[in-house]
Amino acid sequence: MKPIVIRGGRIIDPAAGRDETADLVLADGRVAGVGKNQGTPDGAEVIDAAGCVVAPGFVDLHVHLREPGREDVETIETGARAAVAGGFTSVCAMPNTDPVTDNQAAVGFIMAQARRARTARVYPIGAVSLGSRGEQMSEFGELVGAGAVAVSDDGKPVATAHLMRAALEYAKTFGIPVVDHCEDHSLSAGGAMHEGLTSTRLGITGIPRSAEDVIVARDILLAELTGGHVHLAHCSTAGSVRMVRDAKARGLRVTAEVTPHHLALTDAACEGYNTNAKMNPPLRESPDVAALREALVDGTVDCIATDHAPHHYDAKEAAFDDAPFGVVGLETALGIALTELVRPGMLALPALVDLLSRRPARVFNLAAGTLARGAAADVVVFDPAATWTVDPEAFFSKSRNTPFAGRELTGCVRCTAVGGTIVHRMGDRPAPHAVGARR
Amino acid sequence: MSPTPSAALGKDLLGLEFLSADVIRLLLDTAEPFKEVSERAIKKVPALRGKTIVNLFFEASTRTRISFEFAEKRLSADTVNVASTGSSVAKGETLVDTAKNLEAMRIDMVVIRHGSSGAARFLAERIESNVINAGDGKHEHPTQGLLDLLTIRDHRPIQGTKVCVVGDVLHSRVARSNIWGLLKLGAEVAVCGPMSLMPAGIGDLGVRVFRRVEEAIEWADVLNVLRLQLERMQAGYIPSLREYYRVFGVTQERLAHAPRELLILHPGPMNRGVEIDSRVADGPHSVILNQVTNGVAVRMAVLYLLAGGRPELAEAAKGGGAGSGERAA
Repeated sequence: MKPIVIRGGRIIDPAAGRDETADLVLADGRVAGVGKNQGTPDGAEVIDAAGCVVAPGFVDLHVHLREPGREDVETIETGARAAVAGGFTSVCAMPNTDPVTDNQAAVGFIMAQARRARTARVYPIGAVSLGSRGEQMSEFGELVGAGAVAVSDDGKPVATAHLMRAALEYAKTFGIPVVDHCEDHSLSAGGAMHEGLTSTRLGITGIPRSAEDVIVARDILLAELTGGHVHLAHCSTAGSVRMVRDAKARGLRVTAEVTPHHLALTDAACEGYNTNAKMNPPLRESPDVAALREALVDGTVDCIATDHAPHHYDAKEAAFDDAPFGVVGLETALGIALTELVRPGMLALPALVDLLSRRPARVFNLAAGTLARGAAADVVVFDPAATWTVDPEAFFSKSRNTPFAGRELTGCVRCTAVGGTIVHRMGDRPAPHAVGARR
Repeated sequence: MSPTPSAALGKDLLGLEFLSADVIRLLLDTAEPFKEVSERAIKKVPALRGKTIVNLFFEASTRTRISFEFAEKRLSADTVNVASTGSSVAKGETLVDTAKNLEAMRIDMVVIRHGSSGAARFLAERIESNVINAGDGKHEHPTQGLLDLLTIRDHRPIQGTKVCVVGDVLHSRVARSNIWGLLKLGAEVAVCGPMSLMPAGIGDLGVRVFRRVEEAIEWADVLNVLRLQLERMQAGYIPSLREYYRVFGVTQERLAHAPRELLILHPGPMNRGVEIDSRVADGPHSVILNQVTNGVAVRMAVLYLLAGGRPELAEAAKGGGAGSGERAA
């Protein structure tokens, strides 16, 4: 592994309080030097980063890599490759695969596949309950022993208040958070989009905000009861973030994430029965988007996570009710955040880097998110001013289900390093996937 | 191969939401001459001779399917009926494959009824044939909306008339098509029913909302009484059919308090003694069977115009003169 010198970029490392134009030296998989006028080690590759931001590799706490079970729509290899193309060097894989990641062997399989892929680091999330059926708790100790960093029944909420209580208490032994997908199924049953004027006009059964809010309220109360750490996945409503703000003010161990699509879009994106705007939780209304952005700015929300959810083009080529929930997000997250949040002046660039690196790493206690000397050499170099147009056909992900196709975005990844090796360079093209014809 | 769409109407009829008042009036006016065809001994005109139409019904329907079929046959089209049971649809074929296969058979028009909102539009965007929405989920049922408009117009000018749609508005495509059509033609529109069966933001569409049917009766000139699906009780939206009738039923006793004579519409099929009293349904102010008659004429007008027929030639078309029903230039 030859050393790398990333020269003359704007190094933003919130963990070290660094924001300056300087050089970054990577050697032996670690950050070997950071500062102005660093020398060039023998045989080093020099990357000119003038005009670019050099940041800790991004950390995504919420991705669906579909392997094992749906390798036709994504694999750990293609998902991890998509991650580094988007600047993410660590991703946390949700356990709702087939079979469910509810035992140490399943965790070990994901770790092994990720090692073979040799791009992004993949951290498995184990299931809270066996088969995510909401009945018997899975063996958190063995899951963590094999490499899991959190537990979740994502795709579904932790089924009962009792199970959530027990999971929060039991997880304390291992120091891991319980991640919840907050949705009361009795309120969301049959729903396919946000309940509001648009769903009324389209004749689509709505999912009210309260379907999310009542479970957020439950989880916060149980975090208070247990002293456990609950992490709320993909918050979508003004009510959710209001409750999280209150919980944090009271000192509870509650953390929260939001997705780029919930920060950028409203239910208007579903007009015309656009199945690429169908996800769960659904896109809400402008006041929710405003509340999520405010919560991001004031620190209520801990991080941006993509909820990258690949689906086959056939599955989305259906009537709205019949299409599956979910959108891909790894390769558009940075561009959406820069375009929607930083360019309008809502969020400073260092704050965005923080929300994508140090803060998510801290939520799951991952050794990532800093460029301090000696840290793992996981780095993203991006041009914050370059513009590009989202072309799903050029994705490294096997799937194309994005609501942002055709959008012009500002902010483009120049290169990504994991463990001191460059794993993505701008201009790389994905190998042809055997996904068949597309519309 | 695909018929030239009528310039005013476009290729398809998917809903009334995005039609202009002028186009809706054109459809109603075109239906007028076709009413007479059904009154003849020989109920057939050659306007759609040589056209092939597929009636694709993914949901059970008696009235709408038969009405479309009569409209097609009375215009001399060749028709094929496909029901979901027993067809390739029941064997798991996707909607897009069904569409592509129909297209490959070089058909001219598709009439589609489907349980998913947006299904008609989905089909229309993927095939060149004209698509007519015969009801998609909870979205729209435009020909029902048109026949309701025509029936009201037979009795009074729509402009300024107060129409209240009563019942399960939440699950009703008929309600949505009525609301759009009536608002565009200048009616005042209200809805009334249990709040557990009212969709979110309904008031923002520009309609009044009444919580009690007595208030609706006091306000309205026309009541359009929706069918209450019996499964709504099991789904927990209302406690019982008995109580529904007691609180929301359109009864003779309630109508006796109306300050003016009300016109009573119902899209059918009726649950007598649930949403409507038999004496009201069979009474002098009920135009429920006129709706059914008008349904055939409205559907003839829709088919004729989508196939490229000129509105001004509809009168001639029904006479069966040479050159009738030709495509618009």
